Amino acid sequence: MARLSISHLKKTYGDFTAVDDVDITVADGEFLVLLGPSGCGKTTTLRMIAGFIPPSAGSITIGERDVTVLPPWKRHCGLVFQSYALFPHMTVAQNVAFGLEMHKVPQAERGPRVAEALRLVRLTGFDDRYPRQLSGGQQQRVALARALAMEPQVLLLDEPLSNLDAKLRLEVRVEIRELQRKLGLTTIMVTHDQEEALTMADRLVVMEKGQVRQIGTQRELYEKPADRFVAGFIGRSAFLDGEVTAPGRFRTAGGLDMACAAAAKPGPATLALRPERIAVGGEADGLPNRFTAKVEHASYLGALLDIQVSLDEHDRMLLQIPNRPGLPEPQPDESITIGWAEDAGLVYPRGA
Amino acid sequence: MSAGSLRLGRYALNGAAALSLGFILMPLIFVTWLSFFRQEIPSFPPEGYSLQWFTAAANNKSFIDGFVLSLQVGIAATLIGLALGVPASLALVRHRIPLGPGISTLLLLPLVMPGIVLGTATYVFQIEVELATEIPVMGSLLGLIVAHTLVVIPWVVRLVTASLAGFDHSIEEAAQNLGAGPVTTFWRVTLPSIRPGIVAAALFGFVTSFGNLEMSLFLVGPGRTTLPIAILQYLEWKIDPTVAAASLIQIVLIGAAMIVTDRYVKLSRVV
Repeated sequence: MARLSISHLKKTYGDFTAVDDVDITVADGEFLVLLGPSGCGKTTTLRMIAGFIPPSAGSITIGERDVTVLPPWKRHCGLVFQSYALFPHMTVAQNVAFGLEMHKVPQAERGPRVAEALRLVRLTGFDDRYPRQLSGGQQQRVALARALAMEPQVLLLDEPLSNLDAKLRLEVRVEIRELQRKLGLTTIMVTHDQEEALTMADRLVVMEKGQVRQIGTQRELYEKPADRFVAGFIGRSAFLDGEVTAPGRFRTAGGLDMACAAAAKPGPATLALRPERIAVGGEADGLPNRFTAKVEHASYLGALLDIQVSLDEHDRMLLQIPNRPGLPEPQPDESITIGWAEDAGLVYPRGA
Repeated sequence: MSAGSLRLGRYALNGAAALSLGFILMPLIFVTWLSFFRQEIPSFPPEGYSLQWFTAAANNKSFIDGFVLSLQVGIAATLIGLALGVPASLALVRHRIPLGPGISTLLLLPLVMPGIVLGTATYVFQIEVELATEIPVMGSLLGLIVAHTLVVIPWVVRLVTASLAGFDHSIEEAAQNLGAGPVTTFWRVTLPSIRPGIVAAALFGFVTSFGNLEMSLFLVGPGRTTLPIAILQYLEWKIDPTVAAASLIQIVLIGAAMIVTDRYVKLSRVV
């Protein structure tokens, strides 16, 4: 396996910029996930790595090799397609052997390597089946085995789980991740499914409108989102629009004054608050920001209670409180006390 | 609608289908029957049955020569038609070619053009070519093959285009990702995936060429007759059942080819 680095990668179609100055480095054996809403440029980036789309600018390096201008068949990166793209006229074993044959692996060596690849994905004994005789989950594993058999330098996964049903998806997630770890595969996966990304990745790249918004671990993205987009995209946040009036002071559009992190510069800003970081009732005692809020809507979600409140007619918030025995369930129109510490909220300058 | 009138409707539909099928099969049935008649001048009822006309057909030199020539021309025209039609279909489906729809229509045109018109046009064209280049095209085997290729191409373009319509482009990308260059990808992945369309195109193209009469009439040279022309010439002098026997042999051969093909490629799915 090898390390992969992308530098200043750019793709434009006429006036439209699909991928804009992307810099990513994937360490040897790392599982990196490109995450973003559809149209954010994540798939275009993956296809540029695989060599199917020529970049407009920038470079791609796999190991020590600059592959930017190499055609797909010389890149040696295994790609698992969203549609699996198995060869319908070949058996499972022929599908898996195809890459070995193309790379001129001697005939005698192919058999054992095909068997090993099929064993890894738990499809031993399926050699002579045709793709149409397999379930979606099995086809997906053949696609994975086919990519792994040729021992690629990097493994690329293009939304590999999106065509599986919900239950199977959870199993395959764990399976792929275990396999990746065991074989030490340098892997890039593209997905729009946040939960999938969070459960599988070593590090994540959040993309929007062709640009990288933030690169980091799950914790870094959740605790310290780089901008308002990431704060809203990874997990949930309540946003209060207003302005920073003085260092450490924030005033909402509705005129409420509150304490915030001291580092924020004065000017129009948005305060982002994680719903589970907000204390309710007696737990809010002694916190610098305490307000009386009116319950607008409460949802019982089993482990959690999801509550929407309003502070005044401009400022609405979202809270989550863990469900405990004897917890009084807040009713609509009820007034409750909520509070949070000054560093619980993150302040993002607005208009930037 | 009541159950009764629904049933009545179904009877009517089945009846109409049976009638149409009977109408289509009628000549086939009569030709088959006729080829076993004993008497020389076909009349009903038959005076008896015999296999003598099959022997006569098999021993008729102009039929044998015609059969061999038709076979040669059919195979050559089919191969050339495939070599030209498959890349043309790929280009038309895959790439945005200027005047693409126009070119598609043009390639299908020989199928709808009356055979006589096509024959006359090809005849005049070949004479012009011969006059201009002094290469003896007119009446040559090559001239005949080229003309037959013209009626094979529409079948290839139509059937291959149809099988490319549902083609998953990502399997070609998968092949390239696994290390196959464009040529290997074409032979190992693209071609096998559209094989049913190609097989069907080859079969129908061949049958069209083999049975072609109108165009061939203009283009055959001295001492070079295709089987349909040999049959026509025979009919000018005699109407004995030899012709029916020769036709039945053809029908059986083509039918067998279709049945064998259908075992490997479901023709009903591509045509």
